[in-house]
Amino acid sequence: MPATVLIPDQIDDQIEVPTLDHAVARLHSVTKRYDTNTALNNFSFEIHPGEIVALLGPNGAGKTTAIRLLLGLISPTSGSVRVLGRDPRDSSARTRRFSGTFATCSIAPMRVREHIDLFRSYYPSPLPASEVFRIAGLQEIEDKFFGKLSGGQKQRVLFGLALCGDPDLVFLDEPTVGMDIEARRNLWEQIRLLSARGKSVLLTTHYLEEADALASRILVINKGTLVAQGTPAQIKNRVSGRRIRCVTQLSVAFVRGLPAVTDVVEDRDALLITSAQPESVLRAMLLRDETLRDLEVSSAALEDAFLALTKSDAN
Amino acid sequence: MATAAIRPISLGTSYYLNIFAKETKYEFFKAVRNRMFSLATLGFPIMFYLLFGVTNKHSGPGFNYAQYLVAGYSCFGMIAGALFNLGAGISTERAQGWLEVKQASPMPRSAYLLAKVLTCMAFGVAIVTALVTLGITLGGAHVTPFQIAHLTGVIVAGSIPFASLGLVLSLLMPPNAAPGVINLIYLPMSFCSGLWMPIEVLPHWLQTVAPVLPTYHYAQLALNVFGYARSGATLIHWEALAGFTCLMLGAAWLIFTRSEAKA
Repeated sequence: MPATVLIPDQIDDQIEVPTLDHAVARLHSVTKRYDTNTALNNFSFEIHPGEIVALLGPNGAGKTTAIRLLLGLISPTSGSVRVLGRDPRDSSARTRRFSGTFATCSIAPMRVREHIDLFRSYYPSPLPASEVFRIAGLQEIEDKFFGKLSGGQKQRVLFGLALCGDPDLVFLDEPTVGMDIEARRNLWEQIRLLSARGKSVLLTTHYLEEADALASRILVINKGTLVAQGTPAQIKNRVSGRRIRCVTQLSVAFVRGLPAVTDVVEDRDALLITSAQPESVLRAMLLRDETLRDLEVSSAALEDAFLALTKSDAN
Repeated sequence: MATAAIRPISLGTSYYLNIFAKETKYEFFKAVRNRMFSLATLGFPIMFYLLFGVTNKHSGPGFNYAQYLVAGYSCFGMIAGALFNLGAGISTERAQGWLEVKQASPMPRSAYLLAKVLTCMAFGVAIVTALVTLGITLGGAHVTPFQIAHLTGVIVAGSIPFASLGLVLSLLMPPNAAPGVINLIYLPMSFCSGLWMPIEVLPHWLQTVAPVLPTYHYAQLALNVFGYARSGATLIHWEALAGFTCLMLGAAWLIFTRSEAKA
């Protein structure tokens, strides 16, 4: 296996990630086209042992395509996919020590217990059923039919199915969609425990809070390309600066010219100003506008970073 | 690199037998619980038999309609079972994303298909049992144990060509159109092949066209059990069904590999 190196590609300002000696999964300049639509464009990333990586992006960004590639359900138009050192398309029951879930899936009319029993039989050394029930939190619903479950419970069953083979690597497609807060936090806890046992997890999510709370590394993806990657803190730093919200008589053009202002947006009667030097901006504004009111200053959230990253990519 | 270490496990026959057994067991449960499937496979033949077989006891010399329809409706039920379970079943499971979840696991593809075919066969046995019971008790048909065994064998074997047709349809049909397309295919075919009434009653041109239909050959084999086939020769019908199976499996393989290459 060649040494795994991060390929800078066209990502102009990629954040440095410590390169470990082994990657458990790797997409290497993968392009996936469906007819005219390019789902992934020269996309590269890797997952290291024990990592929890969040793939964050808007709908249609290519997150599920990445999971399908890693699970060997589809092959790339160009580039290479390696999972646990081999092409996932060629894996056998013996070597398939990875598994995954899909967000949009309605499974057959069987009891939860039956689903787990069936999936455990596919693996040569499965996790005990009681363990699967415990980790995925299925104890109370094991006799229910899949169709009768709530959205969050269905997600838990899919998570359970992914655990049946005691995999070293799990790909979870929006695992907490439809879950209430308690169920979501329980699942986070279980994902952290997997990671603590040396298992690696890749999850896609819309919830920034989830990526922030769970992931050791976030990959921001938009329109099939990697926009940024780094720890949650590094991603947040990508949008340096703070956000000022206030109602002012000053013109947008004037505010835009103030020191280190990167963005000005009109929000109803107020202005939303992003700047790396909020103090200087405010000093200048307060000096010129005595009527300035409803002032709020906040630090950039992951959400702002995400919006900024995916927006700049769109332009 | 402990996580990626591949443990040397040899997968014996017991591993595969266990998968096939479980897959078949749950496939059967699923089919029994699926009312639309049970209705098409068991409900319609039984209802039709009660309507047309039991009430229509007229029997000429060497012809007993109640007996004839036991064979005809058994074929009819088995064809529906194979087409719905394979055709509509696979196409629905693909649309729901369920098939993808299974494909992402190490499940052998053969287990998935074989479980569906075995389930159809089990339904075939149930259909024959139900219709023979009704035929003897209500229809006044005379059926010997040998005839029951013979008919069961023919009906069960017939699940294979129609399961193959179902497989091709599952690869071609959009899932929401599946039940409609299947009805459109198997109802006229059943009618034209003499499953509902003797083929001699049908217009002459239909009688000449019928031998191109797989259902015709299936019907002839089943009717032969009671001596109602047009001739005693069975080999040609077995050959026709075997040829049809090969054609369908070949088509399915072609379509499947083409879509795999695109994926």
